[in-house]
Amino acid sequence: MNGLQVVFLLAALVSLFSAAMVVSARRMMHAALWLVLTLMGVAVIFVTLQSSFFAVVQVLVYVGAIAILIIFSVMLTRRVMEDHGDQILPGWRAAGLVAGLLFAIIVGFLALWQGFTTMLVELPADADNLLDLGQALVSPQGYALPFELASVLLVAALIGAITIAVDRKEDQHG
Amino acid sequence: MDFLRDPFGFVIQEYTGWLGGLGLPAGWVDIIAKLTGALVLATGAMLFVVFLIWYERKLIGRIQDRFGPNRVGPWGIFQPVADMLKIFTKEYITPIGADKFAYNLAPILAVAAVLLLWSVLPLSVTVVGTDLNVGLLFLVAVGGLGEMSYILAGWGSNNKYALLGAFRLVAQLISYEVPLVLSALVPVMLAGTLSVNGIVQAQESVWFIVAAPAAALIFFIASIAEIGRSPFDLIEAESELVAGYNIEYSGLKFGMFFVAEFLHAFTVSMIFATVFLGGWQGPGAAEIPVLGFVYLMLKTFVVYFVTILFRGTLPRFRIDQMMNLNWKVLTPLSLALIMAMAIVGGLTRELPVFWQVIAFLLVNLLLLGATDQLMRLSQSRKTKSNLPMQPLRKVLTTSTKHGAGE
Repeated sequence: MNGLQVVFLLAALVSLFSAAMVVSARRMMHAALWLVLTLMGVAVIFVTLQSSFFAVVQVLVYVGAIAILIIFSVMLTRRVMEDHGDQILPGWRAAGLVAGLLFAIIVGFLALWQGFTTMLVELPADADNLLDLGQALVSPQGYALPFELASVLLVAALIGAITIAVDRKEDQHG
Repeated sequence: MDFLRDPFGFVIQEYTGWLGGLGLPAGWVDIIAKLTGALVLATGAMLFVVFLIWYERKLIGRIQDRFGPNRVGPWGIFQPVADMLKIFTKEYITPIGADKFAYNLAPILAVAAVLLLWSVLPLSVTVVGTDLNVGLLFLVAVGGLGEMSYILAGWGSNNKYALLGAFRLVAQLISYEVPLVLSALVPVMLAGTLSVNGIVQAQESVWFIVAAPAAALIFFIASIAEIGRSPFDLIEAESELVAGYNIEYSGLKFGMFFVAEFLHAFTVSMIFATVFLGGWQGPGAAEIPVLGFVYLMLKTFVVYFVTILFRGTLPRFRIDQMMNLNWKVLTPLSLALIMAMAIVGGLTRELPVFWQVIAFLLVNLLLLGATDQLMRLSQSRKTKSNLPMQPLRKVLTTSTKHGAGE
Protein backbone atom coordinates (compact mmCIF):
# COMPACT_ATOMS: atom_id res chain seq x y z
CA MET A 1 0.00 0.00 0.00
CA ASN A 2 1.52 3.32 -1.02
CA GLY A 3 1.06 6.77 0.44
CA LEU A 4 -1.62 7.75 -2.03
CA GLN A 5 -3.81 4.81 -1.02
CA VAL A 6 -3.40 5.67 2.67
CA VAL A 7 -4.50 9.23 1.98
CA PHE A 8 -7.44 8.01 -0.08
CA LEU A 9 -8.57 5.57 2.62
CA LEU A 10 -8.29 8.22 5.34
CA ALA A 11 -10.21 10.79 3.28
CA ALA A 12 -12.88 8.23 2.39
CA LEU A 13 -13.28 7.14 6.02
CA VAL A 14 -13.51 10.73 7.25
CA SER A 15 -16.08 11.68 4.61
CA LEU A 16 -18.20 8.59 5.22
CA PHE A 17 -18.09 8.98 9.00
CA SER A 18 -18.97 12.67 8.89
CA ALA A 19 -21.69 11.98 6.31
CA ALA A 20 -23.23 9.57 8.80
CA MET A 21 -22.89 12.23 11.50
CA VAL A 22 -24.69 14.76 9.27
CA VAL A 23 -27.88 12.72 9.44
CA SER A 24 -27.54 11.60 13.04
CA ALA A 25 -26.31 14.77 14.79
CA ARG A 26 -28.89 16.07 17.26
CA ARG A 27 -28.24 19.72 16.63
CA MET A 28 -28.89 21.16 13.16
CA MET A 29 -25.82 23.36 13.50
CA HIS A 30 -23.60 20.37 14.23
CA ALA A 31 -25.04 18.57 11.21
CA ALA A 32 -24.11 21.54 9.04
CA LEU A 33 -20.56 21.55 10.42
CA TRP A 34 -20.20 17.81 9.81
CA LEU A 35 -21.37 18.44 6.26
CA VAL A 36 -18.45 20.84 5.83
CA LEU A 37 -16.07 18.07 6.90
CA THR A 38 -17.67 15.66 4.42
CA LEU A 39 -17.19 18.15 1.61
CA MET A 40 -13.55 18.69 2.59
CA GLY A 41 -13.02 14.92 2.48
CA VAL A 42 -14.42 14.84 -1.05
CA ALA A 43 -12.03 17.65 -1.98
CA VAL A 44 -9.12 15.55 -0.72
CA ILE A 45 -10.31 12.63 -2.86
CA PHE A 46 -10.28 14.95 -5.88
CA VAL A 47 -6.67 15.83 -5.01
CA THR A 48 -5.67 12.16 -4.95
CA LEU A 49 -7.20 11.88 -8.43
CA GLN A 50 -4.90 14.70 -9.64
CA SER A 51 -7.81 16.96 -10.52
CA SER A 52 -6.72 20.03 -8.62
CA PHE A 53 -9.33 22.21 -10.30
CA PHE A 54 -12.22 20.16 -8.94
CA ALA A 55 -10.62 20.03 -5.50
CA VAL A 56 -10.31 23.80 -5.34
CA VAL A 57 -13.77 24.39 -6.78
CA GLN A 58 -15.18 21.91 -4.27
CA VAL A 59 -13.76 23.99 -1.43
CA LEU A 60 -14.64 27.30 -3.07
CA VAL A 61 -18.23 26.55 -4.02
CA TYR A 62 -19.37 23.92 -1.54
CA VAL A 63 -17.48 24.89 1.62
CA GLY A 64 -17.08 28.58 0.89
CA ALA A 65 -20.58 29.30 -0.37
CA ILE A 66 -23.14 26.50 -0.11
CA ALA A 67 -22.23 25.23 3.37
CA ILE A 68 -22.17 28.79 4.66
CA LEU A 69 -25.58 29.47 3.11
CA ILE A 70 -26.89 26.32 4.79
CA ILE A 71 -25.49 27.50 8.12
CA PHE A 72 -27.10 30.90 7.56
CA SER A 73 -30.48 29.36 6.88
CA VAL A 74 -30.13 27.07 9.91
CA MET A 75 -29.39 30.05 12.12
CA LEU A 76 -32.16 32.19 10.66
CA THR A 77 -34.77 29.46 11.07
CA ARG A 78 -36.56 29.69 14.35
CA ARG A 79 -35.81 27.33 17.19
CA VAL A 80 -34.02 24.68 15.17
CA MET A 81 -30.80 25.35 17.02
CA GLU A 82 -32.06 23.58 20.13
CA ASP A 83 -32.38 19.85 20.70
CA HIS A 84 -35.71 18.35 19.83
CA GLY A 85 -35.47 14.95 21.45
CA ASP A 86 -35.93 11.98 19.17
CA GLN A 87 -34.91 12.76 15.61
CA ILE A 88 -35.26 9.30 14.18
CA LEU A 89 -38.06 9.06 11.65
CA PRO A 90 -40.79 6.55 12.64
CA GLY A 91 -40.59 4.74 9.30
CA TRP A 92 -36.80 4.72 9.12
CA ARG A 93 -36.62 1.05 8.14
CA ALA A 94 -38.62 1.60 4.94
CA ALA A 95 -36.61 4.74 4.14
CA GLY A 96 -33.37 2.84 4.69
CA LEU A 97 -34.55 0.06 2.40
CA VAL A 98 -35.41 2.50 -0.40
CA ALA A 99 -32.10 4.33 -0.01
CA GLY A 100 -30.17 1.05 -0.06
CA LEU A 101 -32.04 -0.10 -3.17
CA LEU A 102 -31.38 3.18 -4.95
CA PHE A 103 -27.69 2.98 -4.04
CA ALA A 104 -27.48 -0.60 -5.37
CA ILE A 105 -29.20 0.40 -8.63
CA ILE A 106 -26.88 3.36 -9.17
CA VAL A 107 -23.78 1.28 -8.46
CA GLY A 108 -25.13 -1.45 -10.77
CA PHE A 109 -25.56 0.98 -13.64
CA LEU A 110 -22.13 2.45 -12.98
CA ALA A 111 -20.61 -1.04 -13.11
CA LEU A 112 -22.06 -1.49 -16.59
CA TRP A 113 -20.19 1.63 -17.76
CA GLN A 114 -16.83 0.74 -19.29
CA GLY A 115 -14.98 3.54 -17.46
CA PHE A 116 -15.75 1.78 -14.18
CA THR A 117 -13.13 -0.90 -14.68
CA THR A 118 -10.49 1.24 -16.45
CA MET A 119 -7.28 1.57 -14.47
CA LEU A 120 -6.23 5.10 -13.62
CA VAL A 121 -3.28 6.47 -15.55
CA GLU A 122 -1.00 8.90 -13.75
CA LEU A 123 -0.78 12.22 -15.57
CA PRO A 124 2.65 13.45 -16.62
CA ALA A 125 3.87 16.34 -14.49
CA ASP A 126 3.55 18.94 -17.25
CA ALA A 127 0.04 17.94 -18.37
CA ASP A 128 -2.50 20.73 -17.99
CA ASN A 129 -5.91 19.11 -17.60
CA LEU A 130 -7.32 22.53 -16.74
CA LEU A 131 -6.76 23.66 -20.34
CA ASP A 132 -8.49 20.54 -21.67
CA LEU A 133 -11.42 21.09 -19.34
CA GLY A 134 -11.84 24.69 -20.44
CA GLN A 135 -11.72 23.78 -24.11
CA ALA A 136 -14.15 20.90 -23.63
CA LEU A 137 -16.65 23.24 -21.97
CA VAL A 138 -16.81 25.62 -24.93
CA SER A 139 -16.17 23.40 -27.96
CA PRO A 140 -19.24 22.24 -29.93
CA GLN A 141 -17.83 18.70 -30.04
CA GLY A 142 -17.44 18.79 -26.25
CA TYR A 143 -19.93 20.02 -23.68
CA ALA A 144 -20.94 23.41 -25.08
CA LEU A 145 -24.67 22.60 -25.14
CA PRO A 146 -24.97 21.23 -21.55
CA PHE A 147 -22.80 24.09 -20.35
CA GLU A 148 -25.07 26.69 -21.96
CA LEU A 149 -28.20 24.93 -20.72
CA ALA A 150 -26.83 24.97 -17.17
CA SER A 151 -26.09 28.68 -17.53
CA VAL A 152 -29.64 29.39 -18.68
CA LEU A 153 -31.00 27.40 -15.75
CA LEU A 154 -28.84 29.32 -13.28
CA VAL A 155 -29.84 32.69 -14.76
CA ALA A 156 -33.51 31.68 -14.53
CA ALA A 157 -33.01 30.71 -10.87
CA LEU A 158 -31.27 34.03 -10.21
CA ILE A 159 -34.07 36.06 -11.80
CA GLY A 160 -36.64 34.02 -9.92
CA ALA A 161 -34.91 34.67 -6.62
CA ILE A 162 -34.75 38.41 -7.32
CA THR A 163 -38.44 38.47 -8.29
CA ILE A 164 -39.38 36.82 -5.01
CA ALA A 165 -37.10 38.92 -2.84
CA VAL A 166 -37.50 42.35 -4.42
CA ASP A 167 -39.00 45.11 -2.29
CA ARG A 168 -41.71 46.59 -4.48
CA LYS A 169 -42.14 50.34 -4.32
CA GLU A 170 -45.96 50.30 -4.01
CA ASP A 171 -45.79 47.90 -1.08
CA GLN A 172 -43.66 50.31 0.91
CA HIS A 173 -46.32 52.99 0.94
CA GLY A 174 -49.19 50.66 1.76
CA MET B 1 24.43 28.23 -6.60
CA ASP B 2 25.88 31.28 -4.90
CA PHE B 3 24.88 31.99 -1.30
CA LEU B 4 24.94 35.77 -1.72
CA ARG B 5 22.84 35.83 -4.87
CA ASP B 6 20.12 33.53 -3.57
CA PRO B 7 20.41 32.75 0.17
CA PHE B 8 16.95 31.13 0.45
CA GLY B 9 17.34 28.87 -2.58
CA PHE B 10 20.88 27.99 -1.44
CA VAL B 11 19.71 26.92 2.02
CA ILE B 12 16.81 24.94 0.55
CA GLN B 13 19.11 23.10 -1.84
CA GLU B 14 21.71 22.37 0.86
CA TYR B 15 18.97 21.12 3.18
CA THR B 16 17.37 18.77 0.64
CA GLY B 17 20.86 17.56 -0.35
CA TRP B 18 21.65 16.82 3.31
CA LEU B 19 18.31 15.00 3.74
CA GLY B 20 19.02 12.92 0.64
CA GLY B 21 22.45 12.02 2.06
CA LEU B 22 20.81 10.46 5.13
CA GLY B 23 19.72 7.46 3.07
CA LEU B 24 15.97 8.08 3.21
CA PRO B 25 13.82 7.16 0.21
CA ALA B 26 13.22 10.01 -2.26
CA GLY B 27 9.54 10.34 -1.43
CA TRP B 28 10.26 10.81 2.26
CA VAL B 29 12.94 13.42 1.55
CA ASP B 30 10.40 15.39 -0.47
CA ILE B 31 7.75 15.19 2.24
CA ILE B 32 10.14 16.15 5.06
CA ALA B 33 11.58 19.03 3.03
CA LYS B 34 8.08 20.38 2.28
CA LEU B 35 6.99 20.03 5.92
CA THR B 36 10.08 21.89 7.13
CA GLY B 37 9.48 24.58 4.54
CA ALA B 38 5.87 24.99 5.66
CA LEU B 39 6.95 25.16 9.32
CA VAL B 40 9.63 27.77 8.65
CA LEU B 41 7.36 29.87 6.42
CA ALA B 42 4.46 29.78 8.90
CA THR B 43 6.66 30.62 11.89
CA GLY B 44 8.38 33.41 9.97
CA ALA B 45 5.04 34.87 8.88
CA MET B 46 3.63 34.73 12.44
CA LEU B 47 6.73 36.42 13.88
CA PHE B 48 6.57 39.02 11.14
CA VAL B 49 3.19 40.09 12.55
CA VAL B 50 5.02 41.53 15.59
CA PHE B 51 6.69 43.99 13.27
CA LEU B 52 3.48 44.66 11.31
CA ILE B 53 1.55 45.61 14.44
CA TRP B 54 4.25 48.10 15.44
CA TYR B 55 4.42 49.52 11.90
CA GLU B 56 0.68 49.99 11.67
CA ARG B 57 0.30 51.53 15.12
CA LYS B 58 3.16 53.91 14.46
CA LEU B 59 1.74 54.95 11.11
CA ILE B 60 -1.80 55.41 12.41
CA GLY B 61 -0.33 57.45 15.24
CA ARG B 62 1.43 59.72 12.76
CA ILE B 63 -1.77 60.12 10.72
CA GLN B 64 -3.60 61.19 13.89
CA ASP B 65 -0.77 63.56 14.92
CA ARG B 66 0.41 61.33 17.78
CA PHE B 67 3.74 59.62 18.37
CA GLY B 68 2.37 56.10 18.46
CA PRO B 69 4.19 53.57 20.65
CA ASN B 70 7.44 55.17 21.83
CA ARG B 71 8.27 53.79 25.30
CA VAL B 72 9.58 50.24 24.89
CA GLY B 73 12.84 50.06 22.96
CA PRO B 74 14.03 52.47 20.25
CA TRP B 75 11.00 54.10 18.55
CA GLY B 76 8.80 51.80 20.62
CA ILE B 77 9.68 48.87 18.41
CA PHE B 78 9.40 46.33 21.26
CA GLN B 79 5.89 47.45 22.21
CA PRO B 80 4.20 44.50 20.43
CA VAL B 81 6.54 42.12 22.28
CA ALA B 82 5.39 43.57 25.59
CA ASP B 83 1.76 43.31 24.43
CA MET B 84 2.36 39.71 23.42
CA LEU B 85 3.78 38.84 26.86
CA LYS B 86 0.77 40.49 28.47
CA ILE B 87 -1.65 38.52 26.32
CA PHE B 88 0.15 35.24 27.17
CA THR B 89 -0.47 35.76 30.86
CA LYS B 90 -4.19 36.52 30.56
CA GLU B 91 -6.84 34.10 31.70
CA TYR B 92 -8.78 31.99 29.22
CA ILE B 93 -12.48 32.41 29.74
CA THR B 94 -14.97 30.03 28.18
CA PRO B 95 -18.52 31.37 28.36
CA ILE B 96 -21.26 29.20 29.83
CA GLY B 97 -23.16 27.29 27.17
CA ALA B 98 -20.41 27.71 24.60
CA ASP B 99 -19.87 24.94 22.09
CA LYS B 100 -16.37 24.06 23.31
CA PHE B 101 -15.15 22.40 20.11
CA ALA B 102 -16.29 25.16 17.77
CA TYR B 103 -15.19 27.84 20.24
CA ASN B 104 -11.64 26.51 20.45
CA LEU B 105 -11.28 25.50 16.80
CA ALA B 106 -12.21 28.94 15.44
CA PRO B 107 -9.02 30.89 16.36
CA ILE B 108 -6.78 28.11 15.02
CA LEU B 109 -8.72 27.93 11.77
CA ALA B 110 -8.60 31.72 11.38
CA VAL B 111 -4.79 31.77 11.51
CA ALA B 112 -4.44 28.60 9.42
CA ALA B 113 -6.61 30.03 6.65
CA VAL B 114 -4.30 33.04 6.35
CA LEU B 115 -1.09 30.98 6.55
CA LEU B 116 -2.38 28.68 3.80
CA LEU B 117 -2.38 31.66 1.45
CA TRP B 118 1.41 31.85 1.74
CA SER B 119 1.82 28.33 0.38
CA VAL B 120 1.24 29.34 -3.25
CA LEU B 121 2.73 32.84 -3.30
CA PRO B 122 6.10 32.94 -5.11
CA LEU B 123 8.55 34.88 -2.92
CA SER B 124 11.31 34.97 -5.54
CA VAL B 125 12.30 33.14 -8.73
CA THR B 126 13.49 30.10 -6.79
CA VAL B 127 11.41 30.20 -3.62
CA VAL B 128 7.78 29.15 -3.98
CA GLY B 129 5.86 26.80 -1.72
CA THR B 130 3.91 24.93 -4.39
CA ASP B 131 3.28 26.07 -7.92
CA LEU B 132 -0.34 24.90 -8.20
CA ASN B 133 -1.85 25.12 -11.67
CA VAL B 134 -4.99 26.53 -10.01
CA GLY B 135 -3.10 28.81 -7.62
CA LEU B 136 -5.31 31.87 -7.94
CA LEU B 137 -8.49 29.85 -7.34
CA PHE B 138 -6.78 28.28 -4.34
CA LEU B 139 -6.21 31.75 -2.88
CA VAL B 140 -9.93 32.48 -3.12
CA ALA B 141 -11.02 29.06 -1.88
CA VAL B 142 -8.88 29.32 1.25
CA GLY B 143 -10.77 32.52 2.05
CA GLY B 144 -13.82 30.29 2.49
CA LEU B 145 -12.07 28.53 5.36
CA GLY B 146 -11.59 31.91 7.03
CA GLU B 147 -15.34 32.49 6.77
CA MET B 148 -15.94 29.14 8.45
CA SER B 149 -13.73 30.20 11.35
CA TYR B 150 -15.75 33.39 11.89
CA ILE B 151 -19.01 31.46 11.85
CA LEU B 152 -17.61 28.94 14.33
CA ALA B 153 -16.44 31.77 16.59
CA GLY B 154 -19.72 33.65 16.44
CA TRP B 155 -21.88 30.60 16.97
CA GLY B 156 -19.64 28.77 19.42
CA SER B 157 -19.47 31.74 21.81
CA ASN B 158 -23.16 31.49 22.73
CA ASN B 159 -23.50 35.25 22.60
CA LYS B 160 -26.03 37.18 20.54
CA TYR B 161 -23.64 40.01 19.70
CA ALA B 162 -20.93 37.60 18.61
CA LEU B 163 -23.44 35.81 16.39
CA LEU B 164 -24.68 39.07 14.87
CA GLY B 165 -21.10 40.16 14.25
CA ALA B 166 -20.26 36.88 12.57
CA PHE B 167 -23.38 37.12 10.39
CA ARG B 168 -22.50 40.59 9.29
CA LEU B 169 -18.87 39.74 8.62
CA VAL B 170 -19.65 36.61 6.63
CA ALA B 171 -22.35 38.37 4.62
CA GLN B 172 -19.77 41.01 3.73
CA LEU B 173 -17.07 38.45 2.88
CA ILE B 174 -19.34 36.34 0.67
CA SER B 175 -20.63 39.40 -1.17
CA TYR B 176 -17.21 40.86 -1.85
CA GLU B 177 -15.86 37.53 -2.99
CA VAL B 178 -17.88 38.00 -6.21
CA PRO B 179 -16.10 41.11 -7.55
CA LEU B 180 -12.82 39.78 -6.13
CA VAL B 181 -12.99 36.61 -8.21
CA LEU B 182 -14.35 38.40 -11.27
CA SER B 183 -11.61 41.05 -11.24
CA ALA B 184 -8.95 38.41 -10.62
CA LEU B 185 -10.11 36.75 -13.85
CA VAL B 186 -8.73 39.68 -15.87
CA PRO B 187 -5.06 38.98 -15.00
CA VAL B 188 -5.80 35.30 -15.57
CA MET B 189 -7.02 36.12 -19.08
CA LEU B 190 -4.01 38.34 -19.75
CA ALA B 191 -1.54 35.72 -18.50
CA GLY B 192 -3.37 32.71 -19.92
CA THR B 193 -2.85 30.69 -16.74
CA LEU B 194 -4.27 30.30 -13.23
CA SER B 195 -0.88 29.55 -11.71
CA VAL B 196 0.34 32.41 -9.53
CA ASN B 197 3.91 31.90 -10.67
CA GLY B 198 2.74 31.96 -14.29
CA ILE B 199 0.93 35.24 -13.70
CA VAL B 200 4.10 36.77 -12.26
CA GLN B 201 6.16 35.54 -15.19
CA ALA B 202 3.65 36.95 -17.67
CA GLN B 203 4.25 40.44 -16.24
CA GLU B 204 7.84 40.56 -17.41
CA SER B 205 7.27 43.30 -20.00
CA VAL B 206 4.35 45.18 -18.44
CA TRP B 207 2.62 45.02 -15.05
CA PHE B 208 -1.06 44.17 -15.17
CA ILE B 209 -1.99 47.31 -13.25
CA VAL B 210 -1.00 49.22 -16.42
CA ALA B 211 -2.99 46.98 -18.73
CA ALA B 212 -6.02 46.68 -16.44
CA PRO B 213 -6.24 49.52 -13.89
CA ALA B 214 -10.00 49.05 -13.49
CA ALA B 215 -9.53 45.39 -12.52
CA ALA B 216 -6.77 46.42 -10.11
CA LEU B 217 -9.02 49.00 -8.48
CA ILE B 218 -11.90 46.53 -8.04
CA PHE B 219 -9.52 43.89 -6.72
CA PHE B 220 -8.04 46.35 -4.24
CA ILE B 221 -11.42 47.52 -2.92
CA ALA B 222 -12.68 43.95 -2.63
CA SER B 223 -9.46 42.95 -0.86
CA ILE B 224 -9.92 45.67 1.74
CA ALA B 225 -13.48 44.45 2.25
CA GLU B 226 -12.18 40.89 2.63
CA ILE B 227 -9.87 41.88 5.47
CA GLY B 228 -12.61 43.94 7.12
CA ARG B 229 -10.52 47.08 7.38
CA SER B 230 -11.92 50.59 7.36
CA PRO B 231 -14.01 51.76 5.51
CA PHE B 232 -15.43 48.22 5.57
CA ASP B 233 -14.98 47.66 9.31
CA LEU B 234 -18.68 47.33 10.06
CA ILE B 235 -17.90 44.09 11.80
CA GLU B 236 -16.41 45.86 14.78
CA ALA B 237 -18.92 48.68 14.93
CA GLU B 238 -18.53 49.16 18.68
CA SER B 239 -21.75 51.08 19.16
CA GLU B 240 -23.85 48.39 17.47
CA LEU B 241 -22.07 45.08 18.02
CA VAL B 242 -19.75 45.71 20.98
CA ALA B 243 -16.82 44.23 19.03
CA GLY B 244 -18.10 41.63 16.63
CA TYR B 245 -17.55 37.90 16.46
CA ASN B 246 -14.61 37.83 18.90
CA ILE B 247 -16.06 39.50 22.01
CA GLU B 248 -16.09 36.31 24.09
CA TYR B 249 -12.44 35.51 23.45
CA SER B 250 -9.67 36.35 25.86
CA GLY B 251 -5.94 35.82 26.16
CA LEU B 252 -4.12 34.05 23.41
CA LYS B 253 -7.33 32.94 21.69
CA PHE B 254 -8.16 36.59 21.10
CA GLY B 255 -4.54 37.09 20.12
CA MET B 256 -4.90 34.48 17.40
CA PHE B 257 -7.73 36.45 15.79
CA PHE B 258 -5.63 39.58 16.13
CA VAL B 259 -2.65 37.90 14.44
CA ALA B 260 -4.93 36.53 11.71
CA GLU B 261 -6.32 39.99 11.00
CA PHE B 262 -2.95 41.72 10.70
CA LEU B 263 -1.35 38.90 8.75
CA HIS B 264 -4.36 38.79 6.42
CA ALA B 265 -4.06 42.52 5.77
CA PHE B 266 -0.41 42.08 4.84
CA THR B 267 -1.08 38.94 2.80
CA VAL B 268 -3.77 40.51 0.63
CA SER B 269 -1.36 43.37 -0.06
CA MET B 270 1.14 40.73 -1.13
CA ILE B 271 -1.45 39.05 -3.37
CA PHE B 272 -2.22 42.40 -4.96
CA ALA B 273 1.50 43.05 -5.50
CA THR B 274 1.88 39.59 -6.99
CA VAL B 275 -1.10 39.69 -9.32
CA PHE B 276 -1.02 43.31 -10.45
CA LEU B 277 2.41 44.77 -9.63
CA GLY B 278 4.58 42.03 -11.10
CA GLY B 279 5.48 40.14 -7.91
CA TRP B 280 9.23 39.59 -7.76
CA GLN B 281 9.74 41.02 -11.26
CA GLY B 282 12.21 43.88 -11.50
CA PRO B 283 15.59 44.76 -12.97
CA GLY B 284 18.02 41.92 -12.32
CA ALA B 285 15.55 39.79 -10.35
CA ALA B 286 15.86 36.79 -12.65
CA GLU B 287 19.67 36.64 -12.25
CA ILE B 288 19.87 37.57 -8.57
CA PRO B 289 16.83 35.92 -6.91
CA VAL B 290 17.25 37.69 -3.56
CA LEU B 291 16.61 40.99 -5.36
CA GLY B 292 13.22 39.59 -6.39
CA PHE B 293 12.34 39.05 -2.73
CA VAL B 294 13.33 42.64 -1.96
CA TYR B 295 11.22 43.94 -4.85
CA LEU B 296 8.21 41.90 -3.73
CA MET B 297 8.53 43.21 -0.15
CA LEU B 298 8.86 46.81 -1.38
CA LYS B 299 5.77 46.51 -3.57
CA THR B 300 3.83 44.80 -0.80
CA PHE B 301 4.70 47.54 1.68
CA VAL B 302 3.57 50.21 -0.79
CA VAL B 303 0.16 48.49 -1.05
CA TYR B 304 0.02 47.88 2.70
CA PHE B 305 0.83 51.54 3.29
CA VAL B 306 -2.15 52.53 1.16
CA THR B 307 -4.50 50.23 3.10
CA ILE B 308 -3.29 51.79 6.36
CA LEU B 309 -3.84 55.25 4.90
CA PHE B 310 -7.40 54.17 4.07
CA ARG B 311 -7.82 52.88 7.59
CA GLY B 312 -6.56 56.08 9.12
CA THR B 313 -8.62 58.47 7.02
CA LEU B 314 -11.91 57.04 5.79
CA PRO B 315 -15.09 56.84 7.89
CA ARG B 316 -17.10 53.64 8.11
CA PHE B 317 -19.73 52.66 5.51
CA ARG B 318 -23.32 52.00 6.49
CA ILE B 319 -24.31 48.42 5.71
CA ASP B 320 -26.67 49.36 2.85
CA GLN B 321 -23.99 51.58 1.30
CA MET B 322 -21.53 48.72 1.50
CA MET B 323 -23.93 46.30 -0.17
CA ASN B 324 -24.94 48.86 -2.81
CA LEU B 325 -21.32 49.51 -3.71
CA ASN B 326 -20.73 45.80 -4.12
CA TRP B 327 -23.80 44.65 -6.01
CA LYS B 328 -24.69 47.78 -7.98
CA VAL B 329 -21.23 49.08 -8.87
CA LEU B 330 -18.35 46.64 -8.47
CA THR B 331 -20.03 43.45 -9.69
CA PRO B 332 -21.58 44.89 -12.90
CA LEU B 333 -18.39 46.81 -13.62
CA SER B 334 -16.22 43.72 -13.29
CA LEU B 335 -18.60 41.68 -15.47
CA ALA B 336 -18.52 44.37 -18.16
CA LEU B 337 -14.76 44.58 -17.80
CA ILE B 338 -14.27 40.85 -18.39
CA MET B 339 -16.34 40.96 -21.57
CA ALA B 340 -14.63 44.11 -22.83
CA MET B 341 -11.16 42.72 -22.11
CA ALA B 342 -11.99 39.46 -23.88
CA ILE B 343 -13.29 41.27 -26.97
CA VAL B 344 -10.38 43.72 -27.11
CA GLY B 345 -7.90 40.92 -26.51
CA GLY B 346 -9.39 38.94 -29.39
CA LEU B 347 -9.39 41.93 -31.74
CA THR B 348 -5.81 43.01 -30.99
CA ARG B 349 -4.27 39.55 -30.96
CA GLU B 350 -2.15 40.30 -34.06
CA LEU B 351 -0.82 43.65 -32.82
CA PRO B 352 2.50 44.12 -30.96
CA VAL B 353 2.37 44.14 -27.16
CA PHE B 354 2.67 47.91 -26.88
CA TRP B 355 -0.49 48.64 -28.89
CA GLN B 356 -2.34 45.82 -27.22
CA VAL B 357 -1.61 47.29 -23.78
CA ILE B 358 -2.70 50.74 -25.02
CA ALA B 359 -6.00 49.26 -26.21
CA PHE B 360 -6.55 47.47 -22.87
CA LEU B 361 -5.75 50.67 -20.99
CA LEU B 362 -8.20 52.72 -23.08
CA VAL B 363 -11.02 50.23 -22.53
CA ASN B 364 -10.36 50.23 -18.79
CA LEU B 365 -10.33 54.01 -18.52
CA LEU B 366 -13.47 54.23 -20.65
CA LEU B 367 -15.32 51.81 -18.36
CA LEU B 368 -14.13 53.59 -15.22
CA GLY B 369 -15.25 56.95 -16.64
CA ALA B 370 -18.64 55.57 -17.63
CA THR B 371 -19.13 54.05 -14.17
CA ASP B 372 -18.24 57.36 -12.56
CA GLN B 373 -20.77 59.23 -14.72
CA LEU B 374 -23.50 56.67 -14.01
CA MET B 375 -22.88 56.87 -10.26
CA ARG B 376 -23.05 60.67 -10.33
CA LEU B 377 -26.26 60.52 -12.37
CA SER B 378 -28.00 58.14 -10.00
CA GLN B 379 -26.78 60.12 -6.99
CA SER B 380 -28.17 63.41 -8.29
CA ARG B 381 -31.45 61.74 -9.28
CA LYS B 382 -31.76 60.24 -5.81
CA THR B 383 -31.17 63.51 -4.00
CA LYS B 384 -33.64 65.30 -6.32
CA SER B 385 -36.45 62.78 -5.83
CA ASN B 386 -35.85 62.47 -2.11
CA LEU B 387 -35.75 66.14 -1.20
CA PRO B 388 -39.49 66.70 -0.64
CA MET B 389 -39.84 63.60 1.53
CA GLN B 390 -36.87 64.29 3.77
CA PRO B 391 -38.80 64.25 7.09
CA LEU B 392 -40.70 61.10 6.14
CA ARG B 393 -37.48 59.38 5.08
CA LYS B 394 -35.96 59.92 8.47
CA VAL B 395 -38.80 58.08 10.11
CA LEU B 396 -38.56 55.29 7.57
CA THR B 397 -34.83 54.72 7.90
CA THR B 398 -34.99 54.41 11.64
CA SER B 399 -37.86 51.96 11.61
CA THR B 400 -37.27 49.77 8.55
CA LYS B 401 -35.46 46.52 8.93
CA HIS B 402 -31.70 46.29 8.70
CA GLY B 403 -30.14 46.82 5.29
CA ALA B 404 -33.42 47.35 3.46
CA GLY B 405 -33.20 51.15 3.34
CA GLU B 406 -32.53 53.27 0.25
